[in-house]
Amino acid sequence: MEQIALELHNLRVYYGNFLAIKDVNLSIPRNQITAIIGPSGVGKSTLLRAINRMNELVPGCRTEGEIIFDGRNIYDPKVDPAEIRRRIGMVFQKPNPFPKSIYENIAWGLRINGFRESRAQMDEAVEGALRAAALWDEVKDKLHQSGLSLSGGQQQRLCIARVIALQPEVILLDEPASALDPIATLKIEELMRELKRDYTLVIVTHNMQQAARVSDYTAMMMLTGEGERSGTVIEFDRTKVIFTNPRDKRTEDYVTGRFG
Amino acid sequence: MTTDDGRRTTDHRPQTTNYGRQAVRAGWGVAPTFEPNLPRRKVMGMVWEGVALLAILLGIAMLLTLLVKVFVDGLPYLRPQLFTEFPSRFPDKAGLRSALQGSIWLMVMTALLSFPLGVGAGIYLEEFAPKNALTRFIEINVANLAGVPSIIYGLLGLGLFVRGLGLGRSLLAGVLTMTLVILPIIIVSTREALRAVPASIREAALALGASRWEMVRDHVLVYSMGGILTGMILALSRAIGETAPLITIGALTYIAFDLRGPLDIFTVLPIQIFNWVSMPQEAFHRLAAAGIIVLLALLLTMNALAIWLRNRLQKRW
Repeated sequence: MEQIALELHNLRVYYGNFLAIKDVNLSIPRNQITAIIGPSGVGKSTLLRAINRMNELVPGCRTEGEIIFDGRNIYDPKVDPAEIRRRIGMVFQKPNPFPKSIYENIAWGLRINGFRESRAQMDEAVEGALRAAALWDEVKDKLHQSGLSLSGGQQQRLCIARVIALQPEVILLDEPASALDPIATLKIEELMRELKRDYTLVIVTHNMQQAARVSDYTAMMMLTGEGERSGTVIEFDRTKVIFTNPRDKRTEDYVTGRFG
Repeated sequence: MTTDDGRRTTDHRPQTTNYGRQAVRAGWGVAPTFEPNLPRRKVMGMVWEGVALLAILLGIAMLLTLLVKVFVDGLPYLRPQLFTEFPSRFPDKAGLRSALQGSIWLMVMTALLSFPLGVGAGIYLEEFAPKNALTRFIEINVANLAGVPSIIYGLLGLGLFVRGLGLGRSLLAGVLTMTLVILPIIIVSTREALRAVPASIREAALALGASRWEMVRDHVLVYSMGGILTGMILALSRAIGETAPLITIGALTYIAFDLRGPLDIFTVLPIQIFNWVSMPQEAFHRLAAAGIIVLLALLLTMNALAIWLRNRLQKRW
């Protein structure tokens, strides 16, 4: 098995008194694409957002357990969430570029994270990020137009470029193609396969075919526990195994489309 | 058709519809019949439309009467002397030079003071304050303060600034009092403008490793500036028409010299207008009308500026 990028130990996430995610144990392999699948409301996004500590922006949200990243527990009180979020980047369901220029969308993240280099080096970093996100050729002549002037698919790749520019180790993608048309979706999927050479990717998806097409590993989530209200990972394996020979009956029913 | 007592009658009720026949077939009981009575419904619609039209016409008619009256009375006095002369016992020599100066200085200084205070408080409450009972209490009270009659602020200013701080009836005391009047309005409108920035933008910034302040400074504040400035200008245009709190702190009506500094005594347009209206001579009433035109022009300019700013700086998501 590959090297491990992230290790989740007994992860629990509460919203107030409500236990949303229960006892998740997961080892996410480095430089692979891991898909999180499961029916709606099972806590896929909550699990994803636990990995870069975005959950704590929700009032009343509490996380227990550990996530080991680079030898440290990211929930250690000494760890600054801002540092974690730079190293574990996130792409959201709906493209959310800043209403600033394409150039500035990428340069801002660099600047606040202390990228104090010359103008030429900034230009280079912006170009590099746009190239890595397969967007450079489409926008190189209009870097100073608003990021909002791009199409939905281009906006989403701009958001990916914005994350790549910060040289993260892990990129979390929360249904990154669900708001896009099939062609834009295909481009994002191609891009994800490119990116796994340099990054560890974790993607939440509702789309079974997408999980089967792009991911190397798949985590299947279901509601369990008292009254079946808390989500947990019931099966984690290579995607091929999950889709052809799952151990859990519920996984089989889900991936074959019997429910969900 | 036959009635209960056996007489044959003609049924004038509308015919049972397809839906009705279907209902009977399906065993839902009695087939429903419809009496659309469209003519009567149309008449009622027209009546209410007429009532609503009358209501708006009444408002417009009153406004027009007011404007026409003010312009007919005031236009002859809307001449250069109105702006260059100080008030006088003689209507032909009287102007509102000192009142206009007072109003403009009051506006500028109130804006400079209330903008950082109000916007700062709004940012803190909306973006940084923990959501607990104390902040909720403060939020409710700020909103309530926006509705407190302005004369109450005048009394506060009189006690606190005029007497307590010993500022006397100075422009500075007026500025501080007027700042109190409009601060709650600015705080509330700032918070509304900040709230209009979508959560997805905040998340985008924080997910890139930004601190809360970096997110607010470079994104939330920038994108909401149009709304904040609009609220600011509307608050100021309320302040420019306020008279009660300034009368309470003792702003004078007769000032026959130029304003030299913030510790000078002062007067403002609405007070000058009030003074002229209360004079017995007809000519002063006409001067008052001219003053009202000036005040209206100032107000309209400020509101137009607010609308322009909103359209220019507004972000679409």
